[in-house]
Amino acid sequence: MPILEVQDLSVSFVQYTKGLRQKKVQAITSLDITMHEGEILAVVGSSGSGKSLLAHAILGILPSNARVSGTINYSGDELTPVRQASLRGREIALVPQSVNYLDPLMSVGAQVRTSVHNDNPVEVQKKIFERYHLDPDLDKKYPFQLSGGMARRTLVSMAMVSGAKLIIADEPTPGLDSIVIKEALSNFRELADHGCAVMMITHDLGSALQIADKIAIFYAGTTVEVAPVKDFFGRGEKLRHPYTKALWRALPQNEFVPIPGSQPLPNTLPSGCLFEPRCETATRECSLKQPKIQEIRGGMVRCIHAT
Amino acid sequence: MQLETRNIGFRYPKGPWVFQGVDLVIKPGEIVGLIGPSGCGKSTLGRILAGYEIPNEGNIIIQDSLQSVSHSSSVQLVFQHPEKAVNPRWKMEDILNEGWHPDDKLLSSLGIEKEWLHRWPHELSGGELQRFCIARSLGPNTRFLIADEMTTMLDAITQAQIMHAVLKIAQKRELGMLIISHEWHLIQRLCNRVVQWDPKKLNFYETGFTKAYEQFA
Ligand SMILES: Nc1ncnc2c1ncn2[C@@H]1O[C@H](COP(=O)(O)OP(=O)(O)OP(=O)(O)O)[C@@H](O)[C@H]1O
Ligand code: SF4
Ligand SMILES: [Mg+2]
Repeated sequence: MPILEVQDLSVSFVQYTKGLRQKKVQAITSLDITMHEGEILAVVGSSGSGKSLLAHAILGILPSNARVSGTINYSGDELTPVRQASLRGREIALVPQSVNYLDPLMSVGAQVRTSVHNDNPVEVQKKIFERYHLDPDLDKKYPFQLSGGMARRTLVSMAMVSGAKLIIADEPTPGLDSIVIKEALSNFRELADHGCAVMMITHDLGSALQIADKIAIFYAGTTVEVAPVKDFFGRGEKLRHPYTKALWRALPQNEFVPIPGSQPLPNTLPSGCLFEPRCETATRECSLKQPKIQEIRGGMVRCIHAT
Repeated sequence: MQLETRNIGFRYPKGPWVFQGVDLVIKPGEIVGLIGPSGCGKSTLGRILAGYEIPNEGNIIIQDSLQSVSHSSSVQLVFQHPEKAVNPRWKMEDILNEGWHPDDKLLSSLGIEKEWLHRWPHELSGGELQRFCIARSLGPNTRFLIADEMTTMLDAITQAQIMHAVLKIAQKRELGMLIISHEWHLIQRLCNRVVQWDPKKLNFYETGFTKAYEQFA
């Protein structure tokens, strides 16, 4: 049984523009995702593709002007707002994108201790500091006294001590050097090997491929493909969606050749396939309606011409 | 005209030396990579080169055969977070034209759409905003561009789009570039030379690609 199952999730916002006119911003459109225990799923997408919103929807921390539809199941049962509130920080933990999520008025050690639920907080905190080479002095320090790298390690260690079964890490690596990245990635691998499910959200396909088991590719607020890591090789012949292929080829270690154009903004989405304006293999049919996600060769793809 | 540092040393007030004795030369049309672990001082060096920070010792020399050139506009810096480099209360059009007036040709070569000019910064994605910051930095006096993790927050397609556009302009105008990045593959792909951090000497030194790879990636 999957630990997490997101089906047909949509998230939109109503914005009021000049003269109280309402504008609908469609940030996530019929998104599907499945996760199993012991598995690392990397969610890869460019800025604004809806990655953080997916995390916030699972945790039930979307802003109040968000409209949500679709279903999210956790351990086989629907994840209602009440369940979300009781599981958050316990069974489901977030490693947030921004270090601003640390409480500026509480010492770092105290924050780590409040994340411990099943054990002796003082001991667990000491142990985790040792393991992640965080100075014991840090215990009494406040978030503003930490470097970016230290703050990130603190956030990761909070998720580690929470005993969570599902960990969602939002952009845990950008701007860190390769040693710190390798360390963070191996921490996630270890958690997964102990039976956790880890969702790693990132814009960086290269680092995602280093640790994940499966990659979900996001584009303009939807999943266009879910593929096992082993499908990323050569010129991307085994990949299923034209956007995934383009992303793979654009990496500096591959061809470094970009396709033109940019991702549509959430308030001006095309009516058919969201990738149609940039797709070389588009046909007239593609602009009629959004393709459904379908299973092909052990992966998922949202393209009517995928083979 | 080349950009040169002679024996530069820097420390933050009351802090220890970040680095000392840095000698670095960037020639026109040359692309130099700068690599090293987090916090070693790469960004600080970039800021010194662009004139945002004054070194405690040593000099920066920008020479055009005989006469030395005004620093402020000839070395430009573009960094990781475009949203922190623009005024959120200005429309994109005003942000773009603050220092000089980029022409349509430059805008289209950087993939900037006319329609974006009428938007606010928060209505653009990180990649779109970064294109504006680059356009702004490529004024007529610019001779050197310091790219400090310029595409780190961007997806691979946007990174390749922006880097190709910048390289084309740099080549045409014979700009010298310093690329600061944690991404080894990017450095390897783009740079003519690499300069690496030496933690023992607290200094940067030129190194070969193979050696840099062993220690870095
Ligand atoms: N409260 C809100 N009101 C209106 N629009 C919003 C709101 N929050 C997010 N959005 C929009 O929804 C889209 C997806 O946002 P999200 O934060 O999930 O992107 P992301 O993929 O995490 O990007 P990044 O890589 O930059 O973190 C964006 O276009 C964003 O502007
Ligand atoms: S559905 Fe059509 S437009 Fe969309 S990705 Fe497939 S071929 Fe391209
Ligand atoms: Mg995000």
